[in-house]
Amino acid sequence: MADLRVTLSGITLDNPVIPASGTFGYGKEFSEIYDINILGSISFKGTTKDPRLGNPLPRIAECTAGLINSVGLQNPGVNKVCEEELPELRKIFHKPLIANISGFSPEEYEYCARAMDKEEQVGIIEVNVSCPNVHNGGMAYGVLPESAAEITRVVKAATKKPVYIKLSPNVTDIVSIACACEEAGADGLSLINTMLGMRIDIRTRKPVIANRMGGFSGPAIFPVAVRMVNQVYHAVNIPVIGMGGVSKAEDVIEMMMAGASAVQVGAANLVNPYACKEIIEKLPALMDRLGIEKLTDIVGIV
Amino acid sequence: MERRIMEVAELTPLTKDVYSMTLKGECSDIERPGRFINITVPGFYLRRPISISSWNEKELTIVFRVVGGGTAELAAMEEGTKLDVLMPLGNGFDISSLGDYVRNSVITGGGIGVPPMYGLAKEMVEKGISPDVILGFNTADEIIMADDFRELGIEPVITTVDGSAGIKGFVTDAMKNKAYDYAFACGPAPMLKAVYDIAPDGQFSFEARMACGFGACMGCTMETVTGYKRVCKDGPIFYKEEIKWQI
Repeated sequence: MADLRVTLSGITLDNPVIPASGTFGYGKEFSEIYDINILGSISFKGTTKDPRLGNPLPRIAECTAGLINSVGLQNPGVNKVCEEELPELRKIFHKPLIANISGFSPEEYEYCARAMDKEEQVGIIEVNVSCPNVHNGGMAYGVLPESAAEITRVVKAATKKPVYIKLSPNVTDIVSIACACEEAGADGLSLINTMLGMRIDIRTRKPVIANRMGGFSGPAIFPVAVRMVNQVYHAVNIPVIGMGGVSKAEDVIEMMMAGASAVQVGAANLVNPYACKEIIEKLPALMDRLGIEKLTDIVGIV
Repeated sequence: MERRIMEVAELTPLTKDVYSMTLKGECSDIERPGRFINITVPGFYLRRPISISSWNEKELTIVFRVVGGGTAELAAMEEGTKLDVLMPLGNGFDISSLGDYVRNSVITGGGIGVPPMYGLAKEMVEKGISPDVILGFNTADEIIMADDFRELGIEPVITTVDGSAGIKGFVTDAMKNKAYDYAFACGPAPMLKAVYDIAPDGQFSFEARMACGFGACMGCTMETVTGYKRVCKDGPIFYKEEIKWQI
């Protein structure tokens, strides 16, 4: 009998499959088509201190084997998330959650971390450092080791829960940023976030996305994600959650061989709302075929 | 919502770039006009959201315009092709709560916004209501579905921007002769706004670029009087009192 269980910072998941933040809302739409309790966990929609409408429309551009989104962290703000969304999510999902938080200043990250620290169902706080630092020229926190480490320290000081930093691939050297986060006390890392991309409508001669550019995700970026997960896995001693274009059970195995202790599924949920369910159902037979008894045996074997 | 395999039963060109496609499969849960389906087109990552024009328990008809590679691929499908479809999606038009208003209402459709209005007219006729119908197009050779409305016993008023058929002008030029209590509209945003400005009340079908089509990605958010709404899940139909215009 294939053993799908994995552990992240002392939290055991029934399987490594986790819908990625921003592609699963708060689970409601998916719970209408399958029992989402089969999932390993859920990384729910990115939360900021204040409510955000997000970016102007159009926010979506299709690409070969993927899409660009520029949703812009639309969310009702952390207070409303805790008061309204999480109680609803609790009714349909009964396992530890991953709370994805973002901010435009260290104080905003701290505020969100403190709020999520009080939420019993939150098992891990996942920190998105891809937001622009509005007080420092707008460069994303995640592009420099120093600023990524600063946010790590701020969030660690605000919570007792495990803190995972979600790394941006839009950097020269992701390993140096991963190491800086580990040194600053991160309990784990999530990677990769979306890659910056752009499409142009050749008829109107204008960008497809109102905000000009956005985050590129989908199967097209999977090889980049596997490479970065593998590089980071070999450089750090904390668990890595792998993501970026994962769409099928084979991708989960490959991502875990690269070094992921668990795997998030993002864009695939949007084109096939049953994607996570199908992956979980196909994993045992695939493991049998590949001679894998326990998923934990293959983590980072490459 | 459910994912279903639907079979292409019929594909007919209506104009040089507009096609009518009938899909065979389970359709008994569509319930309201104005809802849509989201179709996987082989070779394209995102699905194509297209509104339902009419349906019965066993099949539905969509009418779409070829605007890019995905819709061109759809227009080249052979009968018998099986398509992966998410359906039914969106809220749809609601005529159940309108009382007597519905008896003095007008249905307006502009261009490729006409098809869902046929389903609405059909439902109203089945309930014993005979609404006025105004269909707007750019030119005479873009006119679609006028005969379908005639088969329901409704003579649609046609408007064209260039005057090549019917009344010269926009659908609102044909609304001015009568004081309607209620309007239903689907079409380009400037048309919706124009109908909105002269109708005392109504339901308006919006369009947006979508990724998922079922409320998960927040790709199609619209600001309304009652907060941020998803065109795909909370809409595409919005009531007059909740609309906040961005144009």
